[in-house]
Amino acid sequence: MKIANLENKIFKNKFPFHIIIFLLPAVFIYSLFMIYPLVDTIRFSTFYPNDANQLEFVGLDNYFTLLGDSEWSSSFWNALYNNFILFVVHMLVQNPIGLLLAALLSLPVVKGRNFYRTAIFMPTMMSVVIIGFTWQLILNPLWGVAEELMTYVGLEDYFQPWLGDDGSALITLSLISVWQWVGIPMMLIYAALLNIPEDLTEAAEIDGANHMQIFWRIKLPLILPTLGIVSVLTFVANFNAFDLIYAVKGALAGPNFSTDIMGTFFYRVFFGFQLQIGDPNMGATVATSMFLIILLGIIFYLYIIQRRLHRYAF
Amino acid sequence: MVKASHKLRRPLGGIGVQIILFAYMILALWPIFLVISNSFKSRKAIFNDPMALPTFDTFSLVGFEKVLTRSSFDLYFLNSITIMVATLAITLLIASMAAWALSEYKFRGNTLLGLYLAIGIMIPIRLGSVSILKLIVSLGLTNTLTALILVYVAQSLPLTIFILNEFMHQIPKDLKEAARCDGVSEYRIFFQIILPLTRPAIATVGIFTMVPVWNDLWFPLILSPGEETRTVTLGVQQFVGQYVTDWNAVLASLTLAIIPIMIVYLIFSRQLIRGITSGAVK
Repeated sequence: MKIANLENKIFKNKFPFHIIIFLLPAVFIYSLFMIYPLVDTIRFSTFYPNDANQLEFVGLDNYFTLLGDSEWSSSFWNALYNNFILFVVHMLVQNPIGLLLAALLSLPVVKGRNFYRTAIFMPTMMSVVIIGFTWQLILNPLWGVAEELMTYVGLEDYFQPWLGDDGSALITLSLISVWQWVGIPMMLIYAALLNIPEDLTEAAEIDGANHMQIFWRIKLPLILPTLGIVSVLTFVANFNAFDLIYAVKGALAGPNFSTDIMGTFFYRVFFGFQLQIGDPNMGATVATSMFLIILLGIIFYLYIIQRRLHRYAF
Repeated sequence: MVKASHKLRRPLGGIGVQIILFAYMILALWPIFLVISNSFKSRKAIFNDPMALPTFDTFSLVGFEKVLTRSSFDLYFLNSITIMVATLAITLLIASMAAWALSEYKFRGNTLLGLYLAIGIMIPIRLGSVSILKLIVSLGLTNTLTALILVYVAQSLPLTIFILNEFMHQIPKDLKEAARCDGVSEYRIFFQIILPLTRPAIATVGIFTMVPVWNDLWFPLILSPGEETRTVTLGVQQFVGQYVTDWNAVLASLTLAIIPIMIVYLIFSRQLIRGITSGAVK
């Protein structure tokens, strides 16, 4: 400790070494394993091995290949389109259910609120791999659990092996993901609802507003910023998703690539699959495209949604 | 909290609300419950009556026996726990140091550095995988737990620093000023006064860091796919892929992966929920 004291005295008015010591480990590891790889991936996407197998600067050629070459571009647009569907399902199903559950949980009549909250959040804690397999078993016609359940309500004729069908596999997987992640919007919105000052709702109640009116006219406008955050979190998480599709459908994202999203497309390009060998440079190109898509989403949120919300909500 | 004593106008009625929440709770818990309950049944019982609980006649641990003999589940657990504990310890230490420096000292570039460290909250580290793999290969760390720990620390730092930074602002000024007047060094102020004070925040941060690390499939798959360094999540993924037709084994392996995280969640759910609802994560 003496040395530290001495140092402190000597450098007191010169150079704040302690600040550097405090910051150095975090900044070093973060920069080396997070920022450097992101930047290097972008750089790497502008290189490609030539005939002698040496890396050569090719400018934006890899991007032209990705978007121009018919084989590459059809895979790319397919993955992007599917990813967009995944996002839309989350926005239309997950976030409204999250909002509904949060609104119900925050009602004063509810008893056992902590219990519900803890239970509904449970799937969110589980690994996507576990959840994927669990639902795969439930929907498996061999086991017949889903069919049996539908029999109880007289819908057995409508049972289909949804996960195996081109037309329904993606939607089914999206709904499994919704089922797992609905806890996040629920919690965030619930927290926002709790933060609304009671005076506001009480005043409205005295004026004769009912719960529905209070929710739509007072609470909802006040939690719009949280809905904005939930949307951008959903966007980032969906365009970065991989585990669920990989666990349930494998790297080929079948049937017939109908569940292929950017994450699985990236994995196949980077590591290869079946007979095709991996291509790190094209992998970096796909990763950079994902980076740009996510960045666009965040910028859209920061500049358009958040600005508007601030103007209207406060 | 909301007072329960209000007079209510009830559009749904208290009972209606309760029913909806209860129904959703069943929907959320039932699939997990179904897997756990069937993992304790014989193969015949799994197929004959999936909905039934294991009885004296149908009870069987054959699935667990298969999982434990055919795969090194104990090793996977050890790997996952090692990774989680090391990641948590390193992240908490260096993130609180950085958060302290950012919140306590005025220096040029403070805000800029804060923003730099916040980039990782929104941009997923996965997008740098191509270069991370190159880096890990050039450091000779492929198929090591160290590789995963380093990447997970980097992944956990931004959010942890952000949460701890908010927290450090709330530490009363008197404490540190008094220590400074006594000539205590900045290092001692941090390690002996500030670090112990952050304990409540550390529980919240801990669970936010632990869960994604425990559940991750991507980095184990690309950085350390070898049998020796396999994590529980990767282990289950590989095991189920291999024994997909052996229902006892599949259900048992899923149960083995579910139970520990469930216990941890039930122990820490209070902190976690408080963490989210107090606005620590926005």
